[in-house]
Amino acid sequence: MIDKVADSIEAALGNVADGSVVLLSGFGDAGMAHRLIEGLVAQGARDLTVVCNNAGAGETGLAALLKAGRVRKMICSFPRTATSYVFDGLYRAGRVELELVPQGTLAERIRAAGAGIGGFFSRTTFGTPLAEGKEVRVIDGENFVFERPLHGDLALIGADRADRWGNVVYRKAARNFGPVMACAATRTIVSVNEIVPLGALDPEHVMTPGIFVDQVVHVPRALNVPGALQ
Amino acid sequence: MTYARRSKSEIARRVAQDIPDGAYINLGVGMPTQVSNFLPPDREIVLHSENGILGMGPNAASGTEDMDLINAGKEPVTLLPGASLFHHADSFMMIRGRHLDISVLGAYQVSTAGDLANWSTGEPGAIPAVGGAMDLAAGAKRIWVIMDLLTKDGRSKIVETCTYPLTGVRCVSRVYGDLATLEFTPDGPRVVDQVEELSHSDLEQLLGIRLLRAAADS
Repeated sequence: MIDKVADSIEAALGNVADGSVVLLSGFGDAGMAHRLIEGLVAQGARDLTVVCNNAGAGETGLAALLKAGRVRKMICSFPRTATSYVFDGLYRAGRVELELVPQGTLAERIRAAGAGIGGFFSRTTFGTPLAEGKEVRVIDGENFVFERPLHGDLALIGADRADRWGNVVYRKAARNFGPVMACAATRTIVSVNEIVPLGALDPEHVMTPGIFVDQVVHVPRALNVPGALQ
Repeated sequence: MTYARRSKSEIARRVAQDIPDGAYINLGVGMPTQVSNFLPPDREIVLHSENGILGMGPNAASGTEDMDLINAGKEPVTLLPGASLFHHADSFMMIRGRHLDISVLGAYQVSTAGDLANWSTGEPGAIPAVGGAMDLAAGAKRIWVIMDLLTKDGRSKIVETCTYPLTGVRCVSRVYGDLATLEFTPDGPRVVDQVEELSHSDLEQLLGIRLLRAAADS
């Protein structure tokens, strides 16, 4: 019998090794697994590399992980936001590294890792500072820059519904990075607003098939917001 | 010389006039977003938001906001009938794969060859952020830029060589500015239209570059 539903966030996270690469879904707050990230703060893993489109807001979720000094390096496209002051301070103090990756390249590098592809050539960044040090190849007369896959040890995904096989449905634009990140990590944990019986999800509508998911945790939507438990 | 600059809403209206029926377009965060206020009602124009929306509608009315449905600027929006939702890799496949007709962006500088600089001023200590700008610059079929053509201290933002870090190379096809609309051709920028009070040579003098004349003048 397959039952990927974990009883608690602690049970789902289990042991996260120091030095892990952690993929965090979400664009702003939409699609972020806030409770799972706070679980990671409590769990205590250090020296993490975090892959996320943004670099945290306020002092909860990813910002709390950064503030606790657990993150060695951020890989993101848009770290600077109106309330990213925790990241901003750490970056200016030289206490966190930043690898800046264009948003589409970030998504495709993650997708490549999940698809078992050893990298790809993209027109994006050619002739810009973000192409420095990377292989350039002329393909059919156009310049392309080589990009490597980006694999995670752990992915923490925020979604809407799942069954015990780990089939997942996302809600509206909260889907964003979830489907690609779920495929690209050694261990993928998804928090969902609702766990439904096997067979309740229309197979035509499953967005992340259960093969990509290791554990599912029930977090009601009202609690999956920044700082809900504080 | 005295002249009246086009206001931001006049520029946004000017851009909207040029977007054809049936176009798939992406409007950058900030000033380019204003173009959506002036889209002609008799044309079906599909707005793309890089976080996974085609067929994006107006911002959500107060009291109806859904924070799972936001635009690239993270404001709550709505969906039009016919909208679709998708994940980030598919969204940027639309961009990188040359499926998007027009991307409207802001800029710090555009070179006479059409190089775009819009993501960093390169200041030491500044926190770099690029978002989807480089993907759009390299991927959309046409890049249209909205910007004032002069800096606050009167320096031209149309330059021979960009001094700010590049976003993309030879990618800009049009600049919609406060003083003129410029088309970027293999021979250099050509004036499409300009504010009435300025002569062609006035505009060249202000911008410090040679400009090809509007098609009607040649």
